Amino acid sequence: MHPVRKQRLLIVLFVVVFSSAAIGLMVYALSGNINLFFPPAEVAAGNAPVGTPIRVGGMVKEGSVQRSNDSLEIRFEVTDFQATVPVVYTGILPDLFDEGQGAVASGVLNEAGVLQASEVLAKHDENYMPPEVADALEKSGHDLKGNKI
Amino acid sequence: MIPELGHFALIIGLCLSLTLTVVPLWGAWRGNAAAMSIAPSLAIGVLVFVAISFACLTIAFLQDDFSVEVVANNSNSLLPAMYKFSAVWGNHEGSLLLWVLILAFWMSAVAIFSRELPLLMLSRVLAVMGAISVGFTSFSLFTSNPFARLLPGTPADGQDLNPLLQDPGLIIHPPLLYMGYVGFSVAFAFAIAALLGGRLDASWAKWSRPWTNVAWAFLTLGIMLGSWWAYYELGWGGWWFWDPVENASFLPWLAGTALIHSLAVTEKRGLFKSWTVLLAIFAFSLSLLGTFLVRSGVLTSVHAFATDPERGLFILIFLAIVVGGSLTLYAVKAPSVGSRVSFNWISRESLLLTNNVVFLAATLTVLFGTLFPLIMDALGQGKYSVGPPYFNLVFVPLMAVLMPFMGLGPVSRWKKDDAKRWRAELLLPAIVAVVCGITLPYFTADEYNVWVALALVLAFWLLLGMLRDLAFRTANAASRLQGLKRLTPSYWGMLIAHLGFAATVIGVVATSQYSVEHDLKMSPGDTDVVAGYSFTFNEVVPFRGPNFVADEARFTVHYQGEEIARLAPQKRRYLASGSIMTEAAIDDGLWRDLFVAMGEPVGDDGAWAIRLHYKPMVRWMWLGAIFISLGAFVTVADKRYRRAPSRVSAPTAQEDVHGAKA
Repeated sequence: MHPVRKQRLLIVLFVVVFSSAAIGLMVYALSGNINLFFPPAEVAAGNAPVGTPIRVGGMVKEGSVQRSNDSLEIRFEVTDFQATVPVVYTGILPDLFDEGQGAVASGVLNEAGVLQASEVLAKHDENYMPPEVADALEKSGHDLKGNKI
Repeated sequence: MIPELGHFALIIGLCLSLTLTVVPLWGAWRGNAAAMSIAPSLAIGVLVFVAISFACLTIAFLQDDFSVEVVANNSNSLLPAMYKFSAVWGNHEGSLLLWVLILAFWMSAVAIFSRELPLLMLSRVLAVMGAISVGFTSFSLFTSNPFARLLPGTPADGQDLNPLLQDPGLIIHPPLLYMGYVGFSVAFAFAIAALLGGRLDASWAKWSRPWTNVAWAFLTLGIMLGSWWAYYELGWGGWWFWDPVENASFLPWLAGTALIHSLAVTEKRGLFKSWTVLLAIFAFSLSLLGTFLVRSGVLTSVHAFATDPERGLFILIFLAIVVGGSLTLYAVKAPSVGSRVSFNWISRESLLLTNNVVFLAATLTVLFGTLFPLIMDALGQGKYSVGPPYFNLVFVPLMAVLMPFMGLGPVSRWKKDDAKRWRAELLLPAIVAVVCGITLPYFTADEYNVWVALALVLAFWLLLGMLRDLAFRTANAASRLQGLKRLTPSYWGMLIAHLGFAATVIGVVATSQYSVEHDLKMSPGDTDVVAGYSFTFNEVVPFRGPNFVADEARFTVHYQGEEIARLAPQKRRYLASGSIMTEAAIDDGLWRDLFVAMGEPVGDDGAWAIRLHYKPMVRWMWLGAIFISLGAFVTVADKRYRRAPSRVSAPTAQEDVHGAKA
């Protein structure tokens, strides 16, 4: 074989082997680390899996936030005004987390239907709404304050 | 009046950009020298008018002109002047204007510093940049006019700048980042101009290389500052979240890293030409994609501004035109510029090829993880998110694969090298690196950590490989010092940047593996011990800032019985917006950072949720990044990037002078 061609062939082989390894790694990494978003209505309908990481988001229900007196445990409910999902989180919440504001919690749903959150994401500026939450509210046909549209 | 002036100046800027796109390209096509030679003046003209426009917006902010919508939405009369200034780009409209300004700046820099370029090339480069400027200026004018007024209905006071952005780091983070992002447009313009002319040769790479290095250096600094800001300002103590917007800035960096290495091969050996062009297109397209991701609000991210879909669509169309157009041009022109030179497997070329493959793989995997949620959503498969573990799992092994080759790089020779020579040169450094790397973790921590050991082995391998090469290169000189003086800035730049990379790797691994984080409830008087440092929570006192009120917690930190720091984190409430913000307190050092942040009050007895962190060697990461960027800046000082014009013009001028005297 012509040396230049041989070299090209080797380069191609190298790239193919390397990229297959990279893709394999990627698929493996992806399989364990993606999670799907569920609006509260879907969770209430029993469509969300129990025991796998998911995200649930909506508005934090007014009057639902309860802080523990002796630990960092916090309980609250997220709602799309059709259904609510109780969430338990232990740790420090983002600054802009508040009742009546949008939030997305990621964690695992237990048998009792409570989301054990490992992370809570709130908006980070006054006018920003996580797109998933906006979408969930639109699906349930309510605006940010819970009025029927 | 002033905002209208700014608006008007921006419109003139758009018209000039339009002329810059059309006339020189037409001149290049028809061979009309007059049409081509107006390109530099037009480029400078664009800068002048965009700068006027930017200055007008800045004045509106500084003078609290709340009749201007962006000022009313993003500033406040109580805001310190420094932040009124940075508020100019702390919002969608203003940051876009900054983008246009920096593009104009790069354009003028090319016009001024590249006078030695052949006129044909220069006019094409500037015209391509002019076209990009047309795209972004019209984006600014038609979808996000920064000068829109609120008349009638001017509010008495503004809504304030997002408190997270009221920080010194944020004053320079966006401009630096944009210098990098937009700087890749120069590499892109050179690539497109070369494709248009059908001439891709070593001189093209030589012209393009310093620009690319500088842009990449700015991008490195910008990303580093962003990471640093996230660390101390977001209040979480994290420094990289694999957030879509962070990825958006990281993607052009990864592609740019491949590009600057591939450019080296193209310049020195005339190889990988088509590939380099493709990378240049790729790097800039990723910059645009980043802009789209950040500005369209399609992703859930801590960076997203509230936006409307029209803007996203505009950038998406622009992106499609740029990527589609340049790839079409590439498909038509590139096959005619193939190279016929070959190289041996044991050579510097193949090492740099490895760099390219690794960085391309890294770019694609990060790109995939970033776009996966968007793709699934578009396909109606539901709203997914891809977590940091995915990115760590794909990115970290890639970098680990890269480093052994990186250590070989400096010692290797172009074209054909000898494996025996490599063994002879590097056997000792390899053994020393392995021994040092494996033994050092025994002394630094109680528990042996394999990952730290691996990182140290790789970092020592880089360092010792470079020292070996340095010794080798200075061996033949009269003295070592003289030998060192003879080394080129390109070589020094490479050394500094690779050294920085080693430091960053050590910092990242050490801080990830050895950090200790306690989130706990603390009442005044409580003490908690983190990694041998005892944090005592003394009291909470009220604090009044210029535009906020705060609860300030007072901590004293003792280590081995001695007081080493007093820390005062705050929980702020900004008066204008009412938003709550955590201000962490950090005692920084080269070997460790101590970090305290306040959560919320817990219970009724004055207790707070407190976050205490011990972060060893976290500074190494950012210091390393500064070195990486410094290295890239240093390479530009290389004489060969300036030699071309002086050799032709200067001696003749001198001869004339001498001739006249004689």
